Amino acid sequence: MIAVESLRIAVQGILANRLRSLLTMLGIMIGVAAVIILVAVGKGSSTAVQQQLTSLGTNMLTVQRSGGGPGGFGGGGGFGGGRGGRSQNGTQSRQAQLTLADIAALRKPENVPDAKSINPVVQAQSVTATYGTATYSPSQVLGSSSTYFDAANWKILTGRAFTAEDATFRSRVVVLGTTAVTNLFGEGADPVGQTIQLSGHSFQVIGVLKSKGSNGFLDSDDIAIAPLEAVQDALTGGVASLSSIVVEAKSAGVTSAVEQEITATLLSTHKVTTTTQDFRVLNQASFLQASNASNHTFTVLLGAVAAISLLVGGIGVMNIMLVTVTERTREIGIRKAIGARRVHIVSQFMVEAVLLSMLGGIIGVGAGLIGSRFKIVGVQPVVQSYSVILAFCVAAAVGLVFGIYPAARAAALRPIEALRYE
Amino acid sequence: MSERPLILLHQVSRSYQVGLHAVHALRGITLGISSGDFVAIMGASGSGKTTLMNILGCLDLPDRGRYLLDEIDVRHLSEDELATVRNRKIGFVFQSFNLVPRTSALHNVELPLVYAGVRAKERRERALAALDRVGLADRVHHLPSELSGGQQQRVAIARALVTRPSLLLADEPTGNLDSTSSQEILEVFDSLNAEGRTIVIITHEVEIAAHARRVIRLRDGAILDDVRTRPKLEVVA
Repeated sequence: MIAVESLRIAVQGILANRLRSLLTMLGIMIGVAAVIILVAVGKGSSTAVQQQLTSLGTNMLTVQRSGGGPGGFGGGGGFGGGRGGRSQNGTQSRQAQLTLADIAALRKPENVPDAKSINPVVQAQSVTATYGTATYSPSQVLGSSSTYFDAANWKILTGRAFTAEDATFRSRVVVLGTTAVTNLFGEGADPVGQTIQLSGHSFQVIGVLKSKGSNGFLDSDDIAIAPLEAVQDALTGGVASLSSIVVEAKSAGVTSAVEQEITATLLSTHKVTTTTQDFRVLNQASFLQASNASNHTFTVLLGAVAAISLLVGGIGVMNIMLVTVTERTREIGIRKAIGARRVHIVSQFMVEAVLLSMLGGIIGVGAGLIGSRFKIVGVQPVVQSYSVILAFCVAAAVGLVFGIYPAARAAALRPIEALRYE
Repeated sequence: MSERPLILLHQVSRSYQVGLHAVHALRGITLGISSGDFVAIMGASGSGKTTLMNILGCLDLPDRGRYLLDEIDVRHLSEDELATVRNRKIGFVFQSFNLVPRTSALHNVELPLVYAGVRAKERRERALAALDRVGLADRVHHLPSELSGGQQQRVAIARALVTRPSLLLADEPTGNLDSTSSQEILEVFDSLNAEGRTIVIITHEVEIAAHARRVIRLRDGAILDDVRTRPKLEVVA
């Protein structure tokens, strides 16, 4: 009975001041929509980074040179990054080297028993690729072994990857990323079987890599991969040093063990201690963990900012309810004179406050869901159902909390004074 | 009926603090009003008649003295209990009508029944009957803003009647009305009293007081005189 009457009065009150009600709801609406969209953006960016990291291979570890000093955080993840921590310290006398001797040591099963494959990687610098009249410089031209594709989580789209035989025969074959194919052959062309020039040396295209997409910094698909021996012969001038070593662990669970085994092996072959260590082991799994943690923080932070706007919206509701109580002082007096008890007056204003913020919440959920369909700063938001429910419930609770004070003030009015109010 | 008065005031006093001064609005009023009577309370402004009306209507409590309404001592009632007493025992008619705005005549009349917890169907029937009683059966869905002053006051009377209260309390009910409307309202009061309703009208107009059966005049918060002008209606118990 009270509920029905309160609801009737509330709806009437809201409709009587449409613009004011709408503006009040707008505050709540923006808060709710912001919570939903920002949490979705946080989740979306974390999903994107995770996908990116997973596409690099979660079981993958990368060994890079470091000058023994504080080498910069280079290397761009696990592409066998050629800039990999070359010493930035000019006074460093000894240039750290990763060599095929290191590969040989690591490949001894007793040294790194948990590794599935050990892959040397060289990155050729400033290579120009040519096919017919098309010429461009791929951002990465790598030489590695046949197991590198599995280790780095590359799948073959068409054609084939090169094999151990190709390596043995120092075959001039190359597998191209989709961007490289588009740049050389045009969109959607099938380059398998064609011959391209890499800095003037002929390489036969034998396969195309399945796209991994861009990670925002560089295009993973702008790549050419050839056998290590061929790259060394043709492109790096026979230099024996490696850009990096890519190791695939037998499973995601043993990446830490593999990391320790590699470190122990290389410490002994390089005859260095942990303090003079001239290499670095990057563990993809630990990247993933760190990125998950930072993304979580990011999402919570975004949510908190949005929650503050929800709070501000709640204060708007309280403000308007106080105005409403003042406006209806005389009406409150009339109602009290004809027998309304405190509970009737309190519920009348509480219902109106909750209704206002709930309507704002509903519109906000709608706006949030619509807003989340669009890409925001390059991130496709992923709506989290918990954030929708939470935002809506918080909006309703905001109405409840911020409605209490105005409602209590209304109920505390003395009838004779309220009736006299003009 | 006369041995058990509906209203019994004994040495009722009420004073207000206005700035530094205490204003003694009522100074020891002793008064009995029995069921079925039609009483006019008269007095110049500042005589204490509004304070008396507030106390009779349980909108305010006396500082000293006792007030028994239908044998209920209101002195120790909480605010909510007073609200219930107002709801059950008293029907108010105000000078400025005091209808709830943006609310139809019908719903205005239903409102006391809503607070009394009467079910919707009965509420509507009783509200329609009350509106019919004051001659507004054809205006039930009008908003107060769509009604003339006289019609609004009749809605207010219907609202006051709908709970079948023991006492109808009217504060200058014709103060905002033209003479034709005033006459209509007074006729409604006359006929209600003829049906046995107890009515107390606060007024400062002699013509209105002429409709009453008993006229009490106040001056400076005390009863100046108390005159029975017409015999009391015999209420059949």
